[in-house]
Amino acid sequence: MESIVVNGISKWYGKEKLVALKNVSFTVNHGEIFGIIGPDGAGKTSLFRILTTLLLADEGSATVEGKDVVKQYKQIRNEIGYMPGRFSLYQDLTVKENLTFFATIFNTTIKENYHLIKDIYVQLEPFNDRRAGKLSGGMKQKLALCCALIHKPTVLFLDEPTTGVDPVSRKEFWEMLGKLKEQGITILVSTPYMDEASKCDRIALIQNGSILATDTPNAIRQSFDLMLYKAKSHNTALLLKDIRHYSKNLYAYAFGEHVHITFKAGEIDIEELKMNLIERKHHDIILEPDDATIEDCFIQMLRA
Amino acid sequence: MRTLLYLLQKEFKQIFRNKAILALIMVMPVMQLLILPLAADYEVKNINLVVVDNDHSTVSQQLISTIIASGYFKLVDYSQSYERSLKLIESDAADLILEIPADFEKNLIREEHQQLLLAVNAINGTKANLGGSYLSTIIKNYNQDLRLKIMQGKEQKSTGIINVVSSNWFNPEMNYTAFMVPGILAILVTMVGGFLTALNIVKEREVGTIEQINVTPIKKHHFILGKLIPFWILGNVVFTLGLLISWIAYGIVSEGSLLVLYSFIWVYLLAVLGFGLLISTYSNTQQQAMFIMFFFMMIFILLGGLFTSIDSMPGWAKLLARVNPVTYIIEVFRMVILKGSGLKDILPHLGIVSLIALVLNSWAIRNYKKTA
Repeated sequence: MESIVVNGISKWYGKEKLVALKNVSFTVNHGEIFGIIGPDGAGKTSLFRILTTLLLADEGSATVEGKDVVKQYKQIRNEIGYMPGRFSLYQDLTVKENLTFFATIFNTTIKENYHLIKDIYVQLEPFNDRRAGKLSGGMKQKLALCCALIHKPTVLFLDEPTTGVDPVSRKEFWEMLGKLKEQGITILVSTPYMDEASKCDRIALIQNGSILATDTPNAIRQSFDLMLYKAKSHNTALLLKDIRHYSKNLYAYAFGEHVHITFKAGEIDIEELKMNLIERKHHDIILEPDDATIEDCFIQMLRA
Repeated sequence: MRTLLYLLQKEFKQIFRNKAILALIMVMPVMQLLILPLAADYEVKNINLVVVDNDHSTVSQQLISTIIASGYFKLVDYSQSYERSLKLIESDAADLILEIPADFEKNLIREEHQQLLLAVNAINGTKANLGGSYLSTIIKNYNQDLRLKIMQGKEQKSTGIINVVSSNWFNPEMNYTAFMVPGILAILVTMVGGFLTALNIVKEREVGTIEQINVTPIKKHHFILGKLIPFWILGNVVFTLGLLISWIAYGIVSEGSLLVLYSFIWVYLLAVLGFGLLISTYSNTQQQAMFIMFFFMMIFILLGGLFTSIDSMPGWAKLLARVNPVTYIIEVFRMVILKGSGLKDILPHLGIVSLIALVLNSWAIRNYKKTA
């Protein structure tokens, strides 16, 4: 059964009708982690604000747990947890006070839903009397998650929860999401980091307000129908330039410490390319086939 | 109800933690009420006077010493010529020139008629105006005394003199502080109520906490009440503090009932808080709210009748003053504190302020719903 249904949502801003979302549709099933993956400015936050009843869409409709985001916004607010991209708890209240405050306004107590936040809260408890504004970035993030969870929501909206968080905390954060999923909570999460896509059950790739693809991370990777090679030499920057120079039939881009080369099967002879690079005085050349990542898929979709 | 109580608890916690604001709420009324009424005094003293005495007679000497003895004037120069004394006015060392013509005494007694020249430096309007009229009054009085002396024994001339005796009701000694302190207190209450409400709500928007609040089932009216009630209480605290200071420092005790005064403040604070709320719905940052608030505060205060009489304003300004809540609080304060007016006397004021409160608050709530 579906937890979130988005049906042809469009949103534009201002007199110039700057498009934030263009005919966006997707569904999120119960108890899955659904990732909205896209660069900054792709429209992720607008989408979240519409689904959390904070913003009205200009076109289209959406339901959360079967309730319309416009007509039944009051019921939705009781059932969802929302963690905005920007830290937005009371900085002048302590950790405990923030948590108690959000528990109370949902007519519950910390004790009642302690099991939900236990794993996260144990790390926060030593700082119970510290003001939220004085916490480190990772701790703030954990507190915000606790506050979004304290009323036992059925759907959790997390807008870029890992932006600006160190790699270790990011990993921990995703592990926590995995545990929450086991509790049967549907999680809609957005992120600009492509490497986090594989942690989701299903993902939607979004760019300029449009959804490029919606599927499981594996299916999206498998849909990649080009040849992909990774290359490296003593001078990778120059290598990228030389590869691009070699043929117009291939597309090369920097990918971490490697260069990724994509092309249609049969259009490029890899051995010939390697010879060409040696002629151009590259040494320590590595040139081998590689599996496509979500980022490769995203880049390909943007070119198409 | 429980939600509201919890919101209030949270709000007070935040207020008491913000030491700077707390100090401002407590120190501002004390400092302003202790210092401002002493400085913002309408009485003009230390008017710099230059006398050009071309007569050098007993009468001219007496006239000058009478003027100096009044205490309002400071003789900065006893000049030889009018031209020289004008130099002093130009360099701003003098405010007034009194020129006594040659043969002043002789002509006064012989012809029973004489003229004096009074030149006023009108750059500082108030000082010039008041200084000029003080001096004219002193000279007039001196003239009468002189006439009596000269006329003694002689037959009284038939022209009668109209003698006006005035009496200052409700403030018999024209005690300046009794008039100014309630006014300053009124402005303080307005500022504390208006600024704090506007800034507090905008801060929630600026920091983003309002976003988090909006996805909760908190009802709008709970949220708004949760904001208004703490500042309503703080307004009362500031007002009470102000009353105590006016009593201790200036001995001003309200002639009328304190209950009347407080019931007006209760309604008035609703109007001011509503105004703050309205401003907050139109601003996205605390900076914006601050400047909009300043803009209106200046108008409210200058058109409120504290410094200048509303009756002497042009028609359009009078109209503006009529919809300005500050006008009513200053009037009511003066009526109740100085005159001892009762609830019946301030009913019209109470009615209009209630109306202003109703309009501002419903406008603000409507607008709040639209934006949030």
